[in-house]
Amino acid sequence: MTITEDAPAAHVGSRRLRKEDPALLTGEARFIDDLALPGAIWVGVVRSTEAHANIVGIDGSAALAIDGVNEVLSGADLAPLWGEGALPCAWPVTPDMKNPTHLPVATTTAKYVGDAVAVVLADSRYAAADGAAAVVVDYEPLPAVVEIEDAVADGAPLVHADLESNECYTWGLWGDNAAAVDAAFAEAAHVVSEHYLQQRLIPAPMEPRGCAAVPSPAGGELTLYSATQIPHILKVMTAVVLGIPENKLRVVAPSVGGGFGCKLNVYAEEILCSALAMQRGAPVRWTESRTEAAVSTIQGRGQVQHIELAADADGKVQAVRVKLLADMGAYLQLVTPGVPLLGGFLYHGCYDIPNYMFECTSVFTNRTPTDAYRGAGRPEATYAVERAMDSLAVSVGVSPEEIRARNFIGADAFPYTSSAGLVFDSGDYQAVLDKAVALAGLDDRRADQASRVAAGSSKRLGIGFSSYVEMCGLAPSRVLASLDYGAGGWEAATVRISPTCKVQVVTGSTPHGQGHETCWSMIVADQLGVDPDDVEVLHSDTAVSPTGLDTYGSRSLAVGGTAVYMATEKVIDKARAIAAHQLEASEDDLEFSGGVFRVRGTPEAEVPLAGIAFAAFTAHDLPDGMEPNLEAHVTYDPPNFTFPNGTHIAVVEVDTDTGNVDLIDYVAVDDCGVQINPLVVEGQVHGGILQGAAQALYEDAVYNSDGQLVSANLGDYLVPSAAEAPRFRLDSHATPSPTNPMGVKGVGEAGTIAAAPAVINAVVDALRDLGVTDVDMPASPQTVWRAIADAQGGAS
Amino acid sequence: MIPAAFDYEVAESADHAIALLAQHGDDAKLLAGGHSLIPMMRYRLATPSVLVDVGRLDDLRYIRTGNGTVSIGALTRHSELEHSAELAGACPMLASVAALVGDPAVRHRGTLGGTLAHADPASDLPAAVLALGGTIVAQGPGGSREIAASDFFTGYFESVLAADEMITEVRVPAGGGGWNYQKFNRRAQDWAIVGVAVAGGGSGVSLVNMGSTPIRASGVEAAVAGGASAAEAASVAADGLEPPDDLNADAEYRGHLARVLTERALNAAGVA
Repeated sequence: MTITEDAPAAHVGSRRLRKEDPALLTGEARFIDDLALPGAIWVGVVRSTEAHANIVGIDGSAALAIDGVNEVLSGADLAPLWGEGALPCAWPVTPDMKNPTHLPVATTTAKYVGDAVAVVLADSRYAAADGAAAVVVDYEPLPAVVEIEDAVADGAPLVHADLESNECYTWGLWGDNAAAVDAAFAEAAHVVSEHYLQQRLIPAPMEPRGCAAVPSPAGGELTLYSATQIPHILKVMTAVVLGIPENKLRVVAPSVGGGFGCKLNVYAEEILCSALAMQRGAPVRWTESRTEAAVSTIQGRGQVQHIELAADADGKVQAVRVKLLADMGAYLQLVTPGVPLLGGFLYHGCYDIPNYMFECTSVFTNRTPTDAYRGAGRPEATYAVERAMDSLAVSVGVSPEEIRARNFIGADAFPYTSSAGLVFDSGDYQAVLDKAVALAGLDDRRADQASRVAAGSSKRLGIGFSSYVEMCGLAPSRVLASLDYGAGGWEAATVRISPTCKVQVVTGSTPHGQGHETCWSMIVADQLGVDPDDVEVLHSDTAVSPTGLDTYGSRSLAVGGTAVYMATEKVIDKARAIAAHQLEASEDDLEFSGGVFRVRGTPEAEVPLAGIAFAAFTAHDLPDGMEPNLEAHVTYDPPNFTFPNGTHIAVVEVDTDTGNVDLIDYVAVDDCGVQINPLVVEGQVHGGILQGAAQALYEDAVYNSDGQLVSANLGDYLVPSAAEAPRFRLDSHATPSPTNPMGVKGVGEAGTIAAAPAVINAVVDALRDLGVTDVDMPASPQTVWRAIADAQGGAS
Repeated sequence: MIPAAFDYEVAESADHAIALLAQHGDDAKLLAGGHSLIPMMRYRLATPSVLVDVGRLDDLRYIRTGNGTVSIGALTRHSELEHSAELAGACPMLASVAALVGDPAVRHRGTLGGTLAHADPASDLPAAVLALGGTIVAQGPGGSREIAASDFFTGYFESVLAADEMITEVRVPAGGGGWNYQKFNRRAQDWAIVGVAVAGGGSGVSLVNMGSTPIRASGVEAAVAGGASAAEAASVAADGLEPPDDLNADAEYRGHLARVLTERALNAAGVA
């Protein structure tokens, strides 16, 4: 990469240890529940135990008898606190989208298990929990819509009685191409038609949610602390919902223990605590428990997919046609309706497919709202197309790698305008796949696989491919406007150099585990020729970093990091002007390398950045008209998305006697563009792969027919641990993104996007000769055993 | 995830613990490692009003061998079983099973007496002690008594242990032929979906999570004693049982697993 002219990239590209980690590892980092707030009112939330029921009565007498429980408030009691305000949905994807009023605490009807129906105010968290458990709610049960397809069945009960149906919206992407798509299917030599179920997933970050609202009654200010990914967006939304002047509101995200998208939201408890704190003039706080989180924090995925591919005799795909049924849950949270759209542009995968048709109908169910979860739409799209491509390979009679090779967008085709309307910026998909094939030792694996089949072994081997491309770096603000998203996609940064030549970076991108402090420091250190430890990175507090759009959608580096890079360039430009003034040279004759300005051809004429920083501070001798100090602010609005891509190969061993799937090898070759810190990249890829493999093999938010979440704790909801992780073998193949000056693309979601189809393709590959053509996620031992038994004619 | 309020007493000795149990009656529970009881309290599935902590009774942490018997103090941690050279020599099966319980944190807190008293049919060590033909020593206000493991478990989380009794020692025979333990689960830290313990070359066979208690597979034992092959003996492993039905496995699949795992365990224990 070109950091500065002639400067070696000393830190960028190195495996530098994260500067965040010592505080995390020693317990010094402060999370929301670590805040000491004397005199705080603790909130306990009484949550519906019914999927759909009228609230007939709320009896708080037993709760009020508990020492430390002071008040029990119903939704009706609380309603004046928010008046006309309701929880916001920022993404009205169609003009006729249904967005039922979503109150922080329900007043008349509970719409899902976990819906807040009353609130207990107490002196301690323990009293709040005891009090919430003691409130008796009288429910009149109503028929519930539980599974997605039940929502659109004839005579389905209505989740929202004031709507005509359970349909939220229908959004499509076909333009005037429908006839061409139909023609491609009519002429196709091979047609693949597949149905897949994206089960609901519980995000389960290590730290559940929590918030604390602290008022300053004298001036009318409020500080809202929250375990959130989005303090900036939360600030605007809280101001709008509660009518608090924005200048009186400050939002702080302390150390946040992961989010995976579930903390990209504006939640009932944040609004509730803020409103109560303003009303009571005292701190009001709430900390979520793990079982509470399972139903009260958004869930991910929840789609029924129908994908069809039309291919010619050689297996070259001519059209893709997709219909989705997407589960919104009972209400729309911040970006709930937009999640399927984020995948809606990517159902052609990394293939050159000229004809494209996508339609999504989204429905309400009596379940916890869904929203963005790591990958948000893109894992679903990748799963469908990568599973379908394997089916096509079987139909055509070629290998998975060959069907992909025949359809890849060529390396010489970039910039490539896809049939869904995106402009892919860079990539070399075939080179990436070739690297993965070599790394996986594919020939040896296939030989082993064949010998096991020949020997009649009960330990079958399966090899699964997944080639993916995703859209990251959310996003060009004008593109978001065209998708009816309620905000822009820019990011802000400020870079300051202190009198002693230390660097302060203020970023609008809000980390919650990613490593922004480390990576931003490395970028700036290389640009300025300083040590990364001399760079501090400030974030996550709207009083410190007033402008920003936060962290989600693998946008931090490609947008926020680019803003930091550009602000640093502006600072260097100013320093160059001062250097030219001091050296009595033209700016054009100066070179800047290793933190020193030199006059080209006159090596002895030099001035270090430290000298310029001090001169800028004293302002004794600056060029005429120049402002003192070295400081610059940039708000960067990206011109395009970035398009990370890769090929992953999973190898599984399936025990056909028990159905157990063992993920024995995992190869990932990713193109996330230029890597700032490979250690951080690998951490993201490792975690992402395991999270994607978790959807394939372990995790499932199981609801029974009454709408009760059965897998509501971490004993039943199987988040895998390090012990379940495969051997990760990673490589990369960078094609620098031309979209931004550092050539970066983003990597936070790549592993999750790629892994689920790779693993399921491997499971099916292992069992194909037994007649198995599909296995539902999660491919639990019982599910796999039954799939084998069913394929073998029901024998067990 | 926040337990109901409870009082906490520290027992200075086994006698003291029993006196505290007698004093507080049915509302009291013994706390040893706490890694089964505390989670149940956090879900409010258990709401004892008094916890009597016996976790500091270090005089009940021992592994002794003699006269063909291994005697293990009730407060001995799983990790101590796992890493004991003495146990590895005298009763390697128990050491091996202990290494499969939960995760390292659980094994460093959990105790042998605690897991037996908890009487979870999905736990590993109770089934191992059952297959080994072990004996449980319980102390109450009137003194100690010895209970055969095969008489100990009576139902889900229930045993013959009286409310004012505590386990002080567990005895298993030393040595004793081929053994194997098959634990089938989805995550390393989890309870067994189904487990099979084989001791004494197939003379002791027990099943994990196939009913309301750890279950002695007497049909399998009889078949082995009668000279049946491992496959023949395993084919009756689930006969007459009513295994539980949960998210991981329904009853039919559990029965299938019990047969597959029993055959594997018998084979590994030397039954052809």
